[in-house]
Amino acid sequence: MDPMEGILLALQQIRAQKLKSFFAVIGVIIGVMFLITVVSVVEGMNRYMKEDFAKTVFGLNTVTVTRTPSVVFNGDREYWRRLMRRPRLTFADADLIREQLDVPALVAVVSENNGKLEGPNGTSVENVWLTGTTADYFRIRQYDVEKGRLFTPPEDRVGANVVVLGFDAADKLFGVLDPLGRRVKILANQSGNPITGVFTVVGVLKKQGTLFGMSLDNRAVAPAHSALAPMVNPHGFVDQILVQGDGPEAIPALKMSAEATMRTRHHLRPAMVNDFELETADDSLSFWDKISKILFIAFPGLVAIALVVGGMVIMNIMLVSVAERTREIGVRKALGARRRDVLFQILVEGATLSGAGAILGILIGIGLALAVRAFSPLPAAISPLWISVGALLGVSVGVIAGIYPANRAARMDPVVALRYE
Amino acid sequence: MNGEVIRTEKPTKNYEIGAEVVHALRGVDLVVNRNEYLAIMGPSGSGKSTLMNLIGCLDTPTAGQYWLNGQPVAGLIDDELARIRNREIGFVFQTFNLLPRATALHNVELPLIYAGVPSRERRERAEVMLGKVGLADRMAHKPAELSGGQRQRVAVARALVNGPAILLADEPTGNLDSATGDEIMNLLDALFDQGQTIVLVTHEHDIAARAHRTVTLRDGLISSDVGRMAVAGA
Repeated sequence: MDPMEGILLALQQIRAQKLKSFFAVIGVIIGVMFLITVVSVVEGMNRYMKEDFAKTVFGLNTVTVTRTPSVVFNGDREYWRRLMRRPRLTFADADLIREQLDVPALVAVVSENNGKLEGPNGTSVENVWLTGTTADYFRIRQYDVEKGRLFTPPEDRVGANVVVLGFDAADKLFGVLDPLGRRVKILANQSGNPITGVFTVVGVLKKQGTLFGMSLDNRAVAPAHSALAPMVNPHGFVDQILVQGDGPEAIPALKMSAEATMRTRHHLRPAMVNDFELETADDSLSFWDKISKILFIAFPGLVAIALVVGGMVIMNIMLVSVAERTREIGVRKALGARRRDVLFQILVEGATLSGAGAILGILIGIGLALAVRAFSPLPAAISPLWISVGALLGVSVGVIAGIYPANRAARMDPVVALRYE
Repeated sequence: MNGEVIRTEKPTKNYEIGAEVVHALRGVDLVVNRNEYLAIMGPSGSGKSTLMNLIGCLDTPTAGQYWLNGQPVAGLIDDELARIRNREIGFVFQTFNLLPRATALHNVELPLIYAGVPSRERRERAEVMLGKVGLADRMAHKPAELSGGQRQRVAVARALVNGPAILLADEPTGNLDSATGDEIMNLLDALFDQGQTIVLVTHEHDIAARAHRTVTLRDGLISSDVGRMAVAGA
């Protein structure tokens, strides 16, 4: 018996019993749907993390020196206590790192806080990302202005009260007005004390978009030594020191040089571990790799459960269907069907049934993944590889679930089967 | 028209029902030649169904021998029996036993499918056979759309499509009214006239009377064998 015939027969049966067939394969539908949706989202995140996130947060070819790691996995209290005992970073650290470098590189310090902006006519913006930094920051991050200009190294050195606004912040504060040359008041809390400063807007950054749904354009960037200093870095400390090389190949040298400088600054003996962090985009992705690995291990488990349950349902339905068709099987055997013919027929039926379920699951999964992409900040990338995996899994479940019923049918005694009422 | 189609040598069949052993067949020696028209009769429990299953290769004897068309059949395994049923036996059942979801044409094609005949040839042969039983215009109908007599014709077409050695009909008119039953019996007569060997299992005398030889069973043994053709060496 050729497979096409078996498939057509099975499709006929599915059409004749739509609801029953649907319930028979609901486990497979859910399993495959789950697989496709989750894998699409995780894959999308993966791509996003590697292509956009790392660049946005850590910068290209950049080593970031920080006091504490940006992501901590299951640190216990002792670990946290050790982190909190680490010395803070200073402007002097940054200067020394710059001095000690023997390859060309850009160095910038960054200190950040959240605050509020107040513009003319009572306009204000809450939750603004405040950055106190040095002029090279813009080059390291590859920020360019939409209008106006960036602040200059001299303004940086003297601590001029000039500010470059993010696109959204400028838009909300000034609307159709030209923000350039206007005053803006910045307010922030530092250690519980409200601090304010008045700045002149010199430029507006190009739109950067969002990261996990957070705007990257609701911000204000001012020189590290300006009136912003007490709001973002009290006592002359800095949050990060950025060191950017010419290309990816410069990273190891930059890392070594910065590490050596920092260890000397902190008087670390060779046996002591670093009391600071050196992070690169690649390092930062290692945490994401961990997460996605966990997802990729945990999810197949869930999918497997759905598929096993789905398989059992299919097996039961097929047992019933085989019992209902005992007589038909008897007739087929009387007409010359061998065991393998009957076996094959039932297996093809199972595979077709669950294959149809898998297709439905794939379609729903793709729909959900697209919906996730459309209605949430999570990106989703539908991968053909996983679609084929889903389809293959679905069909295999049907075949495996069909083995027992098919065997039972194949072994029926034609005399008994023909007498069956 | 010579040659043995069926030869049995003391086949017995025992069934165990609980602790009790039922001797359904106690050794029935039967020889049927090509182009015989044989009726097997007997009251229920006489063993005629068991004998029919045996002749039809649906079952094998507990002991004894059976040659179908010269091939020993008694010791064969399932799949070999299936092959023989496919090639040598054409079944016609009391309840028609057509596949309800398949068209008349597909029902007739079934034995050819299991014989491995390519689909185009299969279709042609099934169409020719349905034409022969007068159902050329009903090929696309499903059994539910056919009358009882038409269903049984489809069954006859299905039984003959693979050119079997024996047409084995088990109460072929049992579910039909007498007029339709006559029609089917006329069809069998015509087939016999064309050279088909027919074995008819029935308990109705007027149906059995159509056959040229009647074997009556009682308690698993042949009690009478009437009208046997005289064939040399039989």
